[in-house]
Amino acid sequence: MKRLQLSDHLVLIGGVIFMVAPVMIAIMTSTHDAITIYKSGLQFLPGGQMLENYETVLFRAGGFTKEVNGLVMMKNSLILGLGFAIGKIVISMLAAYAIVYFRFPMATLCFWVIFCTLLLPLEVRILPSYEIVQSLGMTNTYSGLIVPLIASATGTFFFRQFFMSVPDELLEAARIDGAGPWKFFFDILVPLSKTMIAAIFIIMFVYGWNQYLWPTLITTDEALFTLVRGIKQIMQVWVGAQIPALNEAMALAILAMLPPVIVVVIFQSWFIKGLVESDK
Amino acid sequence: MATITLDQVRKVYGGVVEAVKGVSVDIADGEFIVLVGPSGCGKSTLLRMIAGLEDITTGEIKIGDRVVNNVDPADRDIAMVFQNYALYPHMSVYNNLAYGLKNRGMAKDEIDRRVKEAARILEIGDYLDRKPRALSGGQRQRVAMGRAIVREPAAFLFDEPLSNLDAKLRVQMRVEIKRLQRSLGTTSVYVTHDQLEAMTLADRLIVLNGGNIEQIGAPIDVYDKPASTFVAGFIGSPAMNLLPVKAVDGGLGLETGSGLSVPNLHGQDKCLLGVRPEHLEVVDQLPNGPHAQVTVNVLEPVGAESYLYASFENGGPEIVIRVSSHAVHKPGEKLFLGIKPENLHFFESQSGKRIGD
Amino acid sequence: MKKVLFQSRLVPYLLLFPQLSIVIVFFLWPAAEAVRASFYLEDPFGFGSTFVGFDNFVDTVTSTDYGRVARFTAVFTSLVTFLSLGLALLLAVKADKVLRGSSTYKTLLMWVYAVAPPVAGLIGVLLFDQHVGPIVDFVAIFGWNLNIGVDYYDTAFAMTVTAVWKQVPVNFIFFLSGLQGISKSVQEAASIDCRSGFRRFWTVTFPLLAPTGFFLLIINITYAFFDTFGIVDILVKNEPGNNPVTLVYKVYLDGFRGNDLGGSSAQSVILMALVFILTVIQFRLIERRVHYN
Repeated sequence: MKRLQLSDHLVLIGGVIFMVAPVMIAIMTSTHDAITIYKSGLQFLPGGQMLENYETVLFRAGGFTKEVNGLVMMKNSLILGLGFAIGKIVISMLAAYAIVYFRFPMATLCFWVIFCTLLLPLEVRILPSYEIVQSLGMTNTYSGLIVPLIASATGTFFFRQFFMSVPDELLEAARIDGAGPWKFFFDILVPLSKTMIAAIFIIMFVYGWNQYLWPTLITTDEALFTLVRGIKQIMQVWVGAQIPALNEAMALAILAMLPPVIVVVIFQSWFIKGLVESDK
Repeated sequence: MATITLDQVRKVYGGVVEAVKGVSVDIADGEFIVLVGPSGCGKSTLLRMIAGLEDITTGEIKIGDRVVNNVDPADRDIAMVFQNYALYPHMSVYNNLAYGLKNRGMAKDEIDRRVKEAARILEIGDYLDRKPRALSGGQRQRVAMGRAIVREPAAFLFDEPLSNLDAKLRVQMRVEIKRLQRSLGTTSVYVTHDQLEAMTLADRLIVLNGGNIEQIGAPIDVYDKPASTFVAGFIGSPAMNLLPVKAVDGGLGLETGSGLSVPNLHGQDKCLLGVRPEHLEVVDQLPNGPHAQVTVNVLEPVGAESYLYASFENGGPEIVIRVSSHAVHKPGEKLFLGIKPENLHFFESQSGKRIGD
Repeated sequence: MKKVLFQSRLVPYLLLFPQLSIVIVFFLWPAAEAVRASFYLEDPFGFGSTFVGFDNFVDTVTSTDYGRVARFTAVFTSLVTFLSLGLALLLAVKADKVLRGSSTYKTLLMWVYAVAPPVAGLIGVLLFDQHVGPIVDFVAIFGWNLNIGVDYYDTAFAMTVTAVWKQVPVNFIFFLSGLQGISKSVQEAASIDCRSGFRRFWTVTFPLLAPTGFFLLIINITYAFFDTFGIVDILVKNEPGNNPVTLVYKVYLDGFRGNDLGGSSAQSVILMALVFILTVIQFRLIERRVHYN
């Protein structure tokens, strides 16, 4: 029995090394100077340049980008992540509430119009989406960055499932207690959905933060670059560079992954609950 | 406080399924009415129509003098206790009680007074700050009752409020509900499928079957004079013995088998004879009056009393006899049973309707 | 369906308005536009467009380049799906089994979920870098001169490894929660009926996990198709010329770099049909899952 457990642990440790090592190497590399890395490859042990590298990436413009520093990009990432998560939750809760709790003409039509968005990811309709956002003059704006991403109804679908599982008697009791549609929503349904909202918020925040293709197309103005969008810039700067600043590239990559990773690790149980249940 | 009047109330789902088929009843002020019947008999639908949670297809419901067909549930001046309690899980007990009053725009100190008063009556004063999930089943039940009481409504509506409790607590809460209703004097309509609960609580019972009223009456009247075989079988435990009988030389005997002799009081060729288990008396020798001769199959002691399951010679249905818990009977033993004529019930074979009074 | 509903003329439309307007403007309109554009040939200098029927589709499907990309996408998708599911299942089974440290393992194995695909791509590009990458040094021991961005198959290899790395956590989370959902009494009954742990896994645990597995299969195919965009974009280092790319990446390339609006739209429409089929299968599976539970 004991030997069995040992082999289990060995497999798991192997898995952990596979998952963690690449990022550990990235972190270690981000603490050295560019010449060391250029001479002897990526680093496995900490170096002495950590503060300098991160300071450069965070506060100095003109590295990979010409005008913005990492801090501005982080702010933009935060706006995208939060704006996307909050916008999506608000809009999809309202829509799901209408679909589950109201009887009205064309309800079925509305339902299908919304749920057909689950069929097509943004990537397949990327060109026309870009042209429409452009024709609306929304390129290089936060709303142009965020709103089109909200079009998919994953959140609505999730809240619909959850609302359906709320016992009918609660609505009946609330109606006898004199609560109308708005009161029921704000007094009963929203407080009841608290953990669900938290779970979906984490998933949506990570999803929004990690957006890449859409920000790449929509933001050409550096002032609106997100960290993840900034990654593409690194690749462009490398072409023709003598000694590429790999240390700073890695520092930027670490900065780009740090906030969503922290959120997911800290709120692990909510996150897993949301992920597993939203896809059911 | 108010009367409740139902006049030819019908409920049809989707134009096809008739859940309630024209129910009329007058409920007096302060009366405790129990709607009882098997699942699917329409009792809950009827209650929900009184509450305003279901539309009324045709007919009229009045609370007091007001027709409430199109009145919102919140404006009907009723309170409802749900089977699963439907407490708001995110609100404290205090707020659960206060929520409906707040929505009516009642003054804060009046709300406070009423909540404290209800808490005192129900002995839940210590839990007012707790959330429902921190309460036991019985405490939740009390909170649900409290939510009804604070409204000081014209009528209480109970939808199987005790079925989520364990047996011991159910008996205790049953007594409490009755005491509370007596002291408040509020008109109450109570739905249950449990005939014992119905018997013990009701001023008047309404026995429902398939969307129709089978019988309305005080519990003891319904028990003594069931209007149909359905009521006879539903009210009383163990159920009344129902035996198909036919006319034989001057009296009635079993249709199949032998060993039963009762007088033909209503001159029937064929009918159903009903006898409650407690009205079959084990005697030493064959009596002159109505009697039966059976063989014991099983003895089932339940403590205060025992039930004998026995069958007639040459087939015929099995019957149940209530005997004292100390009676000793062995399977295979032959018994003589005496029956008093006034304890005989007769029902039409086809319709199941009671014959005579 | 709910038994009791609100009856209100205005409120439901008010509630639906934000969602519906976004869906119409940013979803239905572009989707319709893609379908429309796929039947037209856009003038490269912006002087209107001509209706060409199915020409764009015929040109797309018959081009050798498209065939090459489609084949790569198929192989890439199968590999990523198979490897990441297999690896995640192995890890989930072990993590479910160990008594000590299981929550630590869980955290360490799932956090990569939060890493953005292009960030994964950037780390991948450096690990596989000809000059500084430790993986290149390692495989050189076996005589493999790994050279991404230059050698087609080497790039494909790096792309697959990075994509698998990024996808293992999601599968791991689902498999683990699936395993934990199997009731202890079923497992105890199985351990009485069957002594071999390996056999027990394949005859009891695996069939019970099958619904989760089917569901993940679709999720993984969708992932390999669409969400790997960032990984692909970084790993080809802005020089897609001779490098392996996926179908979705080609839609982007032809539309934004090649300015071939009609061709790109035709490819979009083909992908839409593909995703549509996948989603229908997925919904069927969800229904099945409900029955299982």
